[in-house]
Amino acid sequence: MYSEKVMEHFSNPRNVGEIENASGVGTVGNAKCGDIMRIFLDIDSETKIIRDVKFKTFGCGAAVATSSMATELVKGKTIYEALKVTNKAVMEALDGLPPVKVHCSLLAEEAIHAALWDYAEKSGIVIEGLSKPKNDISEAEEEEDY
Amino acid sequence: MDKEKELYLDNAATTAVYPEVVDTMLPYFSELYGNPSSIYGFGARSKKAVDEAREIIAKSIGAKTEEIYFTAGGSESDNWALVAMAQAYKDKGKHIITSKIEHHAILHTCEYLERNGFEVTYLDVDEKGFVNPKDVEAAIRPDTILISIMYANNEIGTIEPIGEIGKTAREHGVYFHTDAVQAYGHIPINVDNENIDMLSASAHKLHGPKGIGFLYIRKGIKMGSFIHGGAQERSRRAGTHNVPGIVGMGKAAELAMEHMKENMEHQIRVRDYFIENVKKEIPHVKVNGDLKRRLPNNINVCFRFIEGESMLIMLDMKGICASSGSACTSGSLEPSHVLLAIGLPHETAHGSLRLTISEETTTEDMDYVLRELKAIVGRLRDMSPLYQDFISKN
Repeated sequence: MYSEKVMEHFSNPRNVGEIENASGVGTVGNAKCGDIMRIFLDIDSETKIIRDVKFKTFGCGAAVATSSMATELVKGKTIYEALKVTNKAVMEALDGLPPVKVHCSLLAEEAIHAALWDYAEKSGIVIEGLSKPKNDISEAEEEEDY
Repeated sequence: MDKEKELYLDNAATTAVYPEVVDTMLPYFSELYGNPSSIYGFGARSKKAVDEAREIIAKSIGAKTEEIYFTAGGSESDNWALVAMAQAYKDKGKHIITSKIEHHAILHTCEYLERNGFEVTYLDVDEKGFVNPKDVEAAIRPDTILISIMYANNEIGTIEPIGEIGKTAREHGVYFHTDAVQAYGHIPINVDNENIDMLSASAHKLHGPKGIGFLYIRKGIKMGSFIHGGAQERSRRAGTHNVPGIVGMGKAAELAMEHMKENMEHQIRVRDYFIENVKKEIPHVKVNGDLKRRLPNNINVCFRFIEGESMLIMLDMKGICASSGSACTSGSLEPSHVLLAIGLPHETAHGSLRLTISEETTTEDMDYVLRELKAIVGRLRDMSPLYQDFISKN
């Protein structure tokens, strides 16, 4: 059901992890629907180049693969270039996704935007063309310990 | 892929056909291919084989031979039972009682009936997945024509209190159907002792062939046919008999009944071995369903903070075939209706894993699964933002 590229990125995801004191962090998705992506950006304040990027994802194979590919696509780019990385670009780079998994690539795009928004807010700048991310993280899920 | 071995642990999805079953079926393809409905002796030999299989199956549930109707499988049996009952008894009433954890062959048929003027009560289950017989009784109305409660659940393995529900149904004069697709051939069933009026079963869940099943209909129930066009099956189910399939199901049923006790004992031992050890080896795990009144072959657990499909792909890379109730495996955004019905939060339900063993599965196999699973769950948790949040909060 998945392309070889998707399987490859799922099996060996790039940039898994977190960045301490990241320039920007964005979390999108919803545990209810089964996908949550969190992206950490380390941005050079002078050049606005994304020096490093990491992700953490809760989700299916496509969610992991799109996170991995999205981080690859924005790494080393300026924040303005990163903003232009669309879900379509992520999908194409993965040789496509099954129709039911297209939302995963949208989530990856949103996660990048959310991290950029966080960076913009923290550093007091305005990034042209970037709007406030929809924060649909469901914090209200019942807590249960076992 | 670094598959060391292929380990099939999805026997609730389907099973391997036993070689003995295949051998029994083979002559009925190219040698004894006659139509059992034909008048000549060649056809009669096929008819005899069909009759013998019917006898074995009737005996296996304590029924009479004329109460067994061959179908194309569990879904057809479920559809037939519900739709034909509804049509036959609609003058008495238009109310049906079922549960929220039935297979979709029941639930979607109920929805179809709702669109056609029937009313359906979907009973809640408790956190183990049990239907309460008192709830069944409370739901019965003067216009209730049918109660349909599954014998055992396909996802979490919970065995319903069928005898009690059957007794309640009988006392109130309401017909009782049970979808026994997962239970038949695995645990003892007796339609008289348990007051079952109709029962659905499928051969491929008990090492028989796919595409063949049966519906037991108690004598005296006046429901009509579902497939029209011939006088087969006492004019209630048209279509040339699937002779090899029927013969194969007969053989599979015979073997299942013959070895039921030892198969149950073995599977319960392997099942409980795994359940006990998974709790020891992997933190934040929840066992779904009941520990005792449970199908011998069923293991269902949830691992918090991770998602099921990812887990299945990684298990597959290690040669382990399993299933999950996560949304991603169902093609929708909703996780399994069964896991939600037992009260699991969505995010936990997404992390479910179902392993359904067979009589050939060993504790060594489960050691292998456990070892791989521990690494996979660890890896996915390292990747999970939910786990990160949990760790930082605790």
